Amino acid sequence: MNHQFLPNNEESRREMLESLGLSSIEELFGCCIPENVRFKGSLDLPKPLSELEARRLLTQIANVNKPVSQMVSFLGGGVADHYIPAAVDHILSRSEFYTAYTPYQAEVSQGTLQNIFEFQTLICMLTGMDVANASMYDGASALAEAVLMASSATRQDKIVISQTVNPQYRETVQTYADATGLEIVEIPHKDGQTDLDAMEKAIDDKTAAIAIQNPNFFGIIEDPFPISKLKEKGKKTLLISVVDPLSLGVIVPPGDYDCDIALGEGQPLGNPISFGGPHLGFFAAKENLIRRMPGRLIGQTKDVDGKRGFVMTLQTREQHIRRHRATSNICTNQALNALGAASYLNLMGKEGIQEVAQQCLQKANYLKDKIEALPGYSIPFNGPVFKEFAVKANRPFEEIQKVLVEKGFLPGIHLQPYYDGMDDWFLVCVTEKRTREEMDRFAAGLEGV
Amino acid sequence: MYPEELKYTDDHEWIRVENGKAYVGLTQYAQEQLGDVVFVELPDVGEEFEMGDSFGVVESVKTVSDLFMPVGGKVVEINEDLEDSPEAVNEDPYGDGWIVAIEIADKSQLDQLMDSEAYQKTLE
Repeated sequence: MNHQFLPNNEESRREMLESLGLSSIEELFGCCIPENVRFKGSLDLPKPLSELEARRLLTQIANVNKPVSQMVSFLGGGVADHYIPAAVDHILSRSEFYTAYTPYQAEVSQGTLQNIFEFQTLICMLTGMDVANASMYDGASALAEAVLMASSATRQDKIVISQTVNPQYRETVQTYADATGLEIVEIPHKDGQTDLDAMEKAIDDKTAAIAIQNPNFFGIIEDPFPISKLKEKGKKTLLISVVDPLSLGVIVPPGDYDCDIALGEGQPLGNPISFGGPHLGFFAAKENLIRRMPGRLIGQTKDVDGKRGFVMTLQTREQHIRRHRATSNICTNQALNALGAASYLNLMGKEGIQEVAQQCLQKANYLKDKIEALPGYSIPFNGPVFKEFAVKANRPFEEIQKVLVEKGFLPGIHLQPYYDGMDDWFLVCVTEKRTREEMDRFAAGLEGV
Repeated sequence: MYPEELKYTDDHEWIRVENGKAYVGLTQYAQEQLGDVVFVELPDVGEEFEMGDSFGVVESVKTVSDLFMPVGGKVVEINEDLEDSPEAVNEDPYGDGWIVAIEIADKSQLDQLMDSEAYQKTLE
């Protein structure tokens, strides 16, 4: 077949066959593919389309989707509809930054390296931790890497993880654990928060780490101090904390409660939801764990003339020389997404992040009170919430979703697939973008189901 | 360069038996090959290893290598000074640059190691 986008034409095919000493492609395949498994006849495919026709068809298919920009979204669970300042997109559109790949050649990559260095610095400032890496794939893989790192640093195999950690993150951890022989012990929740007594009982000398999420998957702000204290129950037990980066504008950062590894989903920082990715994970730790950190680390140094410069650092450790003994196979980072996150943090500044966090907190609590007052709905958990909260309905969630989507709302995440006994429960997320008018209409919509 | 009173391994480590415990470190040749040592990862006191097990890691500006037990035993002391001054491994490999002290499980394993002369032959 000849086609403008296929590099092989009749002549190149003839040349290749000639050098193989064959006369036709049939003869080539005839030598090795048995007759009875060969497909004869022509494929049942529609006629080719012109570029214009193909574009028309694909647009039609794309229009079946309802983009978040045309809906009022209350979807959360790690990825949420936060505002992205226009300047973020402008910076991201600079083609100099168009690579997701690791900048090995420092002399031609100073801009990219400086950006990653700033990203790391900003993540440290936000989390209160000592060191941060150049980013991970997403929050879920960041948690899985943290678990592996804790196991390798403590040379212990048991991980105690709260069920208030995002269920999808826990699934990812389980996938890693199955392959590496880690023992994962899940601690049930009590009224939507980590059951401290159960957690304390589960920790022993073999416990490599305790993993929690704060605010947790149900949106509840847990008290991390007593959980951190539980580390003493183990021998070398580390504390891993999954955090919503924007929540750190109002709640205590992991660095303040003796957390060893802090990580999370970086999407809320200037990255669009875009169907679930690409996003980025952020990953920070105490300095004594720096050599165990997965992924890339960018450091600041001086060049031969004494000028400030940036390079990849501590590389000998993992992927280059000790690949066979590396604790992680992550060799890359989400540089462009991290650029979006760093730009967002720089544009918002300290006050901006606090403002966003406060608006999330206040608006979520406004809507929570409003829904609690509705007939047929209740708020099942008592703890204080940041930007998400669980709702219990007395009618099937599918019904609620169907009616509200038609009204232009994405009502939230159904909790039933993730937790037993939560059949008609759903998780509502309220970002700074939601207006009072939208929330009032949403509540009226819920009431009308 | 290669003191007579020490025993040596194929992995370029030395061991010195002294008052019931044995000190372990890297040889002159090993530290030269590694280049400037920037970090030594030590085991915990009390950990037990078999002969040949990896008990730690030494990181230099150009490479990272595992440290192996010359003979089986229990770690009774670690050189904590290496945390702040890993360069001791380069500057004084048989003295301040020692890495761990162990309680040997089976002294007969020492017979499998090389003396200074035999070790130096392997370097030729």
